[in-house]
Parts: sequence; C-alpha cells; structure tokens
Amino acid sequence: MSQETPLTRDIPDQGEPLDLAGYEQAGGYGALRKAVDEMGPEAVIQAVKDSKLRGRGGAGFPTGMKWGFMPRGDDAPERKYLIANADEMEPGTFKDRLLMEGNPHQFVESLVISAYAMGTQTAYIFLRDAYRLCRRRLQRAIDEARAAGYVGENVLGSGFDVEIHIHASAGRYICGEETALINALEGRRATPRDKPPFPQQAGLWGWPTIVNNVETLCNVPHIVARGPEWFRNLSHTENGGTKLYGVSGRVNRPGCWELPMGATLRELVDEHAGGMREGYRFRGCLPGGGSTPFLTGEHLDLGLDFDAVEEAGSRLGTGSVVVLDDRTSLMGFLRNLELFYARESCGWCTPCRDGLPWVARLLGALEAGEGRAQDIDVLEMHTRFLGPGRTFCAHAPGAMGPLQSALKHFPDDFRAGVRESELAEVS
Amino acid sequence: MATIYVDGDAYQVNERHNLLEACLQLGFDLPYFCWHPAMGSVGACRQCAVRRYKDEDDDQGSIVMACMSPAADGTRLSVHDEEARDFRASVIEWLMANHPHDCPVCAEGGECHLQDMTVMTGHNYRRFRFGKRTHRNQYLGPFIAHEMNRCIACYRCTRFYREYAGGDDLDAIGMHDHVYFGRHRDGTLENEFSGNLVEVCPTGVFTDKPLTDTYTRKWDLRAAPSVCIHCGVGCNISPGERYGAVKRVQNRYNGAVNGYFLCDRGRFGYDFVNLPERLRTPAARAAPDRSEETLSADDAAGRLRELLGRSGTIGIGSPRATLETNHALREAVGAERFHDGMDAATHRLVGLIADIHRQGGTRLPSLTDMENADAVLVLGEDLTNTAPRIALSLRQTVRNKARETAAGLSVPAWHDAAVRNVARYSRTPLYLAAPHATRLDDAASQVTHRSAADIARLGAAVAHALDASAPAPDGLDEKARQLADQVADTLREAERPLVVSGCGAGSEAVIRAAANVARALGTDRGPADLCLCVPEANSLGVALMGGGGVDDALAALENGDADSVVIAENDLYERAPRGRVDGALGKARNVVLLDALPQDTADRATLILPAATFAESDGTLVSYEGRAQRLFKVMNPEGDLRESWRWLAEAAGADWFGGDRGSVTRHCAQRHEALSGITEAAPDADFREAGEKVARAPMRYSGRTAMAANKHVQEAEPPRDPESPLAMTMEGRAPAPEQPGSVIPYFWAPRWNSVQAVNKFQAEIAGPLAGGDAGERLLEPDGTAHPGYLSVEIPSSSGNGSVWRAVPVRHIFGSDPLSRRSRPLAERVPEAALRLHPDDAEALGAARDDTLTLEMAGEQWRLPVRPDASVPHGTAGVPIGLPGGPAALFAAEMALRKEVSS
Repeated sequence: MSQETPLTRDIPDQGEPLDLAGYEQAGGYGALRKAVDEMGPEAVIQAVKDSKLRGRGGAGFPTGMKWGFMPRGDDAPERKYLIANADEMEPGTFKDRLLMEGNPHQFVESLVISAYAMGTQTAYIFLRDAYRLCRRRLQRAIDEARAAGYVGENVLGSGFDVEIHIHASAGRYICGEETALINALEGRRATPRDKPPFPQQAGLWGWPTIVNNVETLCNVPHIVARGPEWFRNLSHTENGGTKLYGVSGRVNRPGCWELPMGATLRELVDEHAGGMREGYRFRGCLPGGGSTPFLTGEHLDLGLDFDAVEEAGSRLGTGSVVVLDDRTSLMGFLRNLELFYARESCGWCTPCRDGLPWVARLLGALEAGEGRAQDIDVLEMHTRFLGPGRTFCAHAPGAMGPLQSALKHFPDDFRAGVRESELAEVS
Repeated sequence: MATIYVDGDAYQVNERHNLLEACLQLGFDLPYFCWHPAMGSVGACRQCAVRRYKDEDDDQGSIVMACMSPAADGTRLSVHDEEARDFRASVIEWLMANHPHDCPVCAEGGECHLQDMTVMTGHNYRRFRFGKRTHRNQYLGPFIAHEMNRCIACYRCTRFYREYAGGDDLDAIGMHDHVYFGRHRDGTLENEFSGNLVEVCPTGVFTDKPLTDTYTRKWDLRAAPSVCIHCGVGCNISPGERYGAVKRVQNRYNGAVNGYFLCDRGRFGYDFVNLPERLRTPAARAAPDRSEETLSADDAAGRLRELLGRSGTIGIGSPRATLETNHALREAVGAERFHDGMDAATHRLVGLIADIHRQGGTRLPSLTDMENADAVLVLGEDLTNTAPRIALSLRQTVRNKARETAAGLSVPAWHDAAVRNVARYSRTPLYLAAPHATRLDDAASQVTHRSAADIARLGAAVAHALDASAPAPDGLDEKARQLADQVADTLREAERPLVVSGCGAGSEAVIRAAANVARALGTDRGPADLCLCVPEANSLGVALMGGGGVDDALAALENGDADSVVIAENDLYERAPRGRVDGALGKARNVVLLDALPQDTADRATLILPAATFAESDGTLVSYEGRAQRLFKVMNPEGDLRESWRWLAEAAGADWFGGDRGSVTRHCAQRHEALSGITEAAPDADFREAGEKVARAPMRYSGRTAMAANKHVQEAEPPRDPESPLAMTMEGRAPAPEQPGSVIPYFWAPRWNSVQAVNKFQAEIAGPLAGGDAGERLLEPDGTAHPGYLSVEIPSSSGNGSVWRAVPVRHIFGSDPLSRRSRPLAERVPEAALRLHPDDAEALGAARDDTLTLEMAGEQWRLPVRPDASVPHGTAGVPIGLPGGPAALFAAEMALRKEVSS
C-alpha cells in the first residue's frame, strides 16, 4: 500500500476545499472521535511515538519524543499551549500552504487531537502573513468545526475544551524558529530565545508550549485513525509516513507531491517534475529549502529521508528541492540566497547580523567578476564562524549550508569570480 | 565554591557565576559587550567565546559563550584556544564592518570599551571593503548625545533603559544590520536614569552631552572621590575637572550604595559649580537695602571674627552642608545658639527618624540590602522624586521572585533573558501607598493613592494586624482594612521584608506608622529592614548633631534674643515663609551668609563670604543609611573662595583647629557621640600607599606646562593638597584595587580604559570593592531591642470646605535648589502646577490650566491647575521648589481661590 497519499488524498485539484460535510463524509473527524472515545490522551501520544513521525519543519526531531517532554498529569502547570508553526518562509517551500488551503479541516482536526493529547486548551496557528487564502479557509473551517462541537467547550462530550486562534505573522523568516515565534506571538521582537529552558518547560508567556509544523500535525489524525504500523509502512525507510516533496527551478513541472518517505531525487526531478527544461542540465540541488547544503548528481539515487540526506552531508529540511542548473550563475544563486538570509537576520547576534551582509556582498563581487584573492578565504571563514554554537540560533548556520557545500562542490565557480590580476594569489 | 580548570590550571570560583564572571574575577582579560554585571547575560554579542571541554579526556571541546555557561564544578575551558581567539577577533572584525573610524572626534575615545576590546582581541587589519551602513541621529534632550553610526548593537541600552530602569521611550527598532536604538521620534529621553546610558553603552552612541559641549578627554580630567549632594541617598560620584570647571560627573562604584548607576539629577546637577554668577568675592552692605561693596578676604574674615562668640550671634547651619561646616559654625557661635537649618516640619521629621533608628528594633538597610528584599511596603514616599536611586533599586527588588521561580527550572540568576522568559509575571510583592501617582507605580504589585493621614492609618493597621499590641488606627475604611490585612499577611510570610517611608509626605504619622510596621515584623524573627528617606545630603548628619530648626532661629531674632545671624550654605527663604524671614532678618543688625551662589538670603546679607562647593571642598556627609562618607575636592578653591568650615574655624580662632579639614572632622567626632565614627569614613591626610598619595589626575594628564599660559608664561606651580590622602596632580599612585574605596577617584586599569575597569577593583564581580566600599555606618540599630511602638496620632483635618490638605509634590528636576540651577537640568524643570482631583477642580470651577491662588502661611502663589485623578479628594498637590511655586510646605493646610477675571 505504498502508494497511499493520506495527507493530500482529499485535496481537490481545483476549486474550494472540502467543507465540513464533505470532510466528514470522507471520514473526517473520525480520528478525533476515536481519540476521545476509545484511546485517551496517553494512547494518542504513544501512537505518535510508535509511528516514528519526525518533525516536518526541517529539523526532523521525533514528534512523539517532543510531545513526551510536555508536562502532563495533576502536577502539570495550569496552562499549556499548542502552537502550529505555519510561518512557512523557507525559500522554495510551499507544502504547508497546500495542506492548509487544500484541506483546512484536516489541519483543524489535527490541532484538536494534538491539543487533546497534551491537555492544552489553547492552540495558536502562527500563520505567514502572505497566506491570506489559508487564513480565510482556516477561519471558516474553525467556525464550522466549532458549530459542530469539534472545537470549543466539551469537545464531543469528552469534557475537554479547546480554542483555536489564528495569529497572522508580521512576516519574518525568523518567526519560523520556534522561540522567536513565541516572542513574536507575545508581541515582542522576533528574537530567538536561548535553550534551555525549552518551550516545553517554559514557552509562551512562560507556560509549557509545544510548537509543531503544519505538515507534522496533519499526519496525526491518520496515525490515530489507522495506527502507527500502517503509518510506518507508508515509508520506504525507517522514518515513518509520507512526505510532501517539492521541486522548483528549471524543471518542466515545478510542484509539490506526497510520496512515500525515502523517494529518490531522480524520481522527484525526472518523474514528478518532468525532468529538466530543454537546454538545461541538472547541476545540483538544495534538497530541503534554501538553508540546506547542496547535493549533486552523484546523489540522484539517494532515498530522501532525514537520516540518508544527513549522511550525504545535507539535510532533508522541508523536502522542497531547489534545483541548480548549468546556465544559472552559482554566485548569483548564492548571493540571492545569502542576501535573503542577511535581510531576515533578526539582528540579535553579531556574527549573523554583520557576517551575512558581508557574505552577500562578497558573493555579489564574485558574481560581477570583481572578487579579490582573499574573498574566498573570508567566505570560508564565515562558513566556520557562522556555525552552530557560535551564533545565537540556527539561522546563520542554516544560511551557511549552501555556501559551505558550494565551496566544496563547485570551487571553480568562486575562482572564476576573482579578478584576473589577483587570480595567481588564490590557492 | 566550584573548581574550574582554565587552560589546565585549577581555580576556585563562585558556582553561582557564569564562566565570563569567573574568568574576569580570576583576572583573565576575556572581552565582552552585551553582558553587564548588574544586568546579567543574554548571549547577543558572541564576544566572550571560549572552548569548553566535556571532561579530562575530551581534547576537541566546543566553542561556547562564557557568559551563557555556568561556572559548574569541574568545568574545563580554554581562554587561549586558537580558534576561540580567532573567533573573538572575528566578532570585532564584524563589528568594525560598520563602526566608523572616528575615534579622534568621538567623545568616547580614550575611555571606550570597544577600543579596549578591539585591542584585546588583536583585530587590526581591515578586510571588509564595502560601504558602511549609516543612520540618522536623534535629538534626545539636554543630557544625552546620540551617534547611531557607532552602534555595535549589543542591546545594553534598551535592556538598561526598559528592563532595568522601567523607561518606555527608547527601543530597538528595525531588523538585521539596520537595527536602530532610539526613540519613536526625536525628543527628550523621559526616564530619570537616562544618563546611565553614557556608561552602559560600550562605545560612543550615547555620550554625555554637557561634556561634549566643552569637551575634555578622560585622561585630561582631574577626578576626585566625591559624594552626590543632591539628595539623602549618598551615591558615590566622580566629578571630572579641567580649567577650573567641573566637566562631568560619573558614577563611582560603591557595592553597598549606588552600584553602577546614578540618577540624572546626580549626574547632570553639578553645573551650578561653573555658573558665572558664583559668589567669588567677599562683600558687605551697611544695611540690607544698601548696595554691596567688595572686601578683601582678610577684612571679611575680620568682620566675621568680631561677630563670633558674642551672645547675640546665632548660627544657622544647613542639611546640604558638610558636617565640618555645620560643626565649625556650631563651635563658633556656641552649641546653644546653633540651628540645623531645616524648616520646622522637616526638623521634626528628621529628628523623629534619627530617634527611631537610635531606638533600634529594626535594621537600617543599604541599597544592596533593599535589592535583596522579598516583600516591600512603601508608605507615603514618591521615591523617584525624593530618593531616585532607591526607586531604581526597588525596580530590581521586585524581580527577586522571578529569579526564584527561574531557579526552580534550573535557570541561573545571571541568565537574564531566560529569567525574564520563564518568569515574566513572577513579581516580588511591592505595596505602594502614596499621596498621588508616582513613577514607581508600574513596578508595584498593588498601588493605593491616599491622603497622608490615610496612608498613616493604613500603615498603623498593617502594624496592628501583624502585632495586636501595636496601636490600631481610628477611622479606617473597610477597603483599607482589607488591604492592610493583605499587606500584613504578605510581609509576615516574607523572610526579608522591607518597609520604606520618609519625609516625602511631610507627615510624622506616616513615619511612625512605617516604623511600627517594621517593628511589628521584628517581633518573631530577626529585625526587619526600615528605610526612612531624608530630603538632603546631610539631613541625618545635622540631626545627629542636634540643635534647633530655622523656626527657632527666626524666633530668636524676632524676640530680640539675638541680633546677628551667621548662615552657612543655606537660603532661609527655602525654609520659612517669606514674610517671616523678611521680618526676622529686618530685625537683625548683622546677617552673615557663607554660600556659593546668589540667592534670596544673599540679597539681605550684610556680609557675604564666598564659599566653596562640593567640588572645591573636603568634608563628610551622612546619608539616610547613617553612612558617613567623605567627599574630596576636585579642585582647590581659587581666589577668595574658601570652604565654609575654614572661614568659620579660622575666624573663630578655635584652638582645636589645626588649619585643615581633618582637625575639624576629629573635633566633630569627639564632640558628638553619634558622630564618633566619621573619622573612619576615609583615611587621614597621612595615608600613603608605597610612600605616595593617590593621584587625582591620570598619568596621561596632558598640557599642564601650558594650560595656564594665558595668565603667565611661566609654568604655574602645580596645585597641592596637603590636607587629604590625595594629590591634586598626576604625581602619586594611580587608582588601584588595594586602595580603600573612599580614596579611589576613578576606575582605570591597564588595558581597561573605560568605566568597565571597575571589574578590576572588585573583591567579587558586582560585589564590594576589594579595598572596601566607601563609608562608615554610624547607626547600627540594635536589632535585638524591643523599643515598643510609637503612637500614631493622625491630625484631624479642620473639615472646613475652604481648607485644603496640602501634600508636597516634588520633582527630581527642580525640587533641589542647587541642581535646578545647573544648565542642562534647568531645561528639564517642569512648570509649577497644582494637582487637584478632577472633582475638586470642577467644584472650584477650575478647568485644566486655569489659574488658582494658593494661600499658605500668609503667602500667595498663583498656579495653573492640573486635574489628577490620583490625588485624593480634599487634597492639593503643591509643587515644591519649582519656579513660581513655594520652596517648601510651610503649613499642612491652605486655601485655594479661583481668580476672578477682571
């Protein structure tokens, strides 16, 4: 049954998504009913743990384990929060949008089940500001669900109350970082927080908080409805479930598809995206959005899951492949990316705030053929010194992913940007 | 204690510190920016990177920020690790990408933490070759100059201004490398502690505007260990002088008092020293209405001598003058003819405060003690305007609960960002009862605005709830009773409760009630902390000396017991109603005034002797805490200027006077049991370190061969100071950690040229100075005593509809007679206005800004009305010390009339 596509099955090709009646007809809110009537919170958490679901926001942290850190039981603090991270701003990534626009009730059901499992009575959807259509559709779904007793007080007679609020982000990439998101939700500057303490200990307004990606959450109703074993079997690999993979770049059919976890790069680019466009050759790709290191032609047959991609020196990230072709300037490609990350730096820590703009300008100089001999050394220095532990959060280390891997895989492109007169000095 | 290993060597450190604090404590020069010893760590600048190893066998380790890592037992780290060093140099390289190379024209140059850290990390070769980002600067008012291009975005300014000082008109704006630190628009920074930005900012973004107007580098400033004279808190200051003018005042660290911060009155109030209208020449008048003639100093001293020791000559001292001046006057006129210079009401209040402390049963807290409290009750005091530095301390006190909550989540107290995130809403209880809205209200867990009488009732009810043997108040309303029970319950549960009150409400009953609360708390535990604020720098000192108030002095002149009066550093028109002072002085044959500035009493004086200010005089002051502190002059009094005590002791020809300040101090200590400790406030003139005095001028002090060349081509003889442990010039020992805190004029250490050099002088980071914090506590109330309770008599209002209860409303800028004449501060003095409850204003038919006539003690003032719902009904908030308003509250009640427009 590896061809199942539970997340996207009920998304229509065109037009409006399923309304409440349509969603119910397709079996919707059955998982919620099952969780509440038959399972109870602990069993839901256990099912998620057993499913080997890993976070789809980019880091791939085991979701069940994360949930397990939330304090539960009588000693738990009086307030707890669930936040859906819907601030999808990773370059090249649009999978959460597809899920929210295409089947808003699935997302609402996932929030209610997850809130039920963790005993949180308030769930926030932290939504990218540009996702106006998502917002309208989600709000309608929430209103319908409330009217039907799926949201609000005493959900399905269980005694469990939950309210769902949509918070439109002011539009910063850093809000995708869960602690910066929490600060933004509190009305503060979107600056990340130091961890520990983790949000599960002290998050929103100091209370235990869980932050999950939209796609991660959307898997929950299906795990509950059909069991962890079924879910694990959807995958080609040890990482459970399906994955929304996307492809952008000079391919014939850019898009987003739900495939078994572990689909190969070749399958994605050649089959689903219809291969490279006429006159363009595949040179490499960022496998999981703008902040993941390059994979090259030698990785085309790699089954893309969290562990395999990491072994290959990159990260699965969001699973949204950005293809580099042979006619696009790599320096321009990188400059564009690094300029984005420089602009999206929150400005809190020095290396990120003042290092990324320097990197972007050096790449601009190399793109223009105005590079100096030392520029490559300076770039290399940044890939080390903007690494994990040196900066406050993962923003700059992520931004260094493509650069560091490009220096490794495509050194000649950099040399080509150095002025003739200084080339002799480049080692 | 914890053992940590730095580059292989074992050290003992405080396990409650982070690794940065531990390293600095151990003397390692580890650079940093965003960490501040009083504000903790946030991990923003990434400057203090070190390599930390998991254990003995780990030879890889990882780069961590020292400020974000605990000094846990067994920690192994390397400061000298090559990659850590390279990374630290890179942080400077990044900061320098946009920092302008304008050090030669920057006011911070020479005392810039960024310069120091740049040199420390070894970054010097510039690789960034692109354009720099630039910002527009803002007008931030008369105190602070703004130059945003220099900003390195360490976030210290907004953390101090917003989170530490409670301000809300300075913020971080924008993102990435455009982040901007400023106001939403140009305008004066409103917070009363804005001047600290000058020292908090590690570079030249926020600089001292009055200093930059007539600029002098740190190394060209002569500095002195001094004490702020603008209120009763006793903050330690370091005035800097050049060319005979005080150029600035900086904070002088005292671990028990002001720590790292001053208020803006203290920092920018010095300029009265430099005013062109200073009294500099002795002058005499045949009669008050005759014109002045100048005199020689000898002639003037002779005239003074003739008056002293006569039975008809009385003396009026001053709570803003040193003990030495007051003592010299007291000895010169005779103890029974000496008066302490306080107005009638304040004389009673401060005397009561001295009595309360002497009786014991409570503890007299330093500011540090107050910052450690776990429950606070403030009764009747508008601290931000009467004792500003204490208000700043209480803002920190209310965060103790958050630190406790955070500790429960294993978040250490130094991890400031995490403490704020995990326990944002945990507040140490602070109950605040004041006669009107105050600038500390936002920090309080509960605020009540009541008349002074009702505040006294509330306080008495709290004391009674704590201990039924404490007197219960009459006429307590139900709301107040409930609040009193709640306050009592909270204070009873506390381990370190603190009660703060003082002279601010002008009410004896309030002070008595506060003392009873503190005493009641002490019945079944150790003594509670009782802080009673006094209005002036030496109020408590003169109270301990004893003597009548100004009222008694005026009475002596009025009834003919005296015909001459010698007034030291005081303006009687600040102390008694104008008509009364006019009448009394009109009867006097001789009115002698020793003071520094022209003032109303000077216009009536028959003999004026120009007196040195704090900048030109040594002396001793006693703070609210009973802390005797020595202040040393930063320049010698020139021309005919003399210290008041010198004029007086010389003219009196006292045999105990050895011609120096030390002999006055010693004699004062002998004469007054309560002041016997003042000789310990600082070392005597014979103090030497390695055979040398401490130098007031830095070793790089330049230009002294030429700086007086406009007067004479020959090099002037260097100024000398044989009367103190300090030298006036650069000859002597530079400030060093082993010196007593009382003689350290400024903080400067090798490689540490900025104020951050104070790290090198502390026994422990943010703790006491290695050589001891300045000051000698004179009053150590006996905490084991059970002095019983004070009666709380609440004066009944006459209840007549035309009579208003007066409550003094003071302002940090204006209510102090010296600082308000300081030019930068004068710009901040608000308009004098009457605060009335809107209902009361309406009943009087007065709209906002309508003028009302206030009648009090036979005098009239015309003041605009400001409706203020926080002022209780029947009470009028009277502006004190502001232009056009009364100088003090000369009566508890007054009449208000609306002008009838003609």
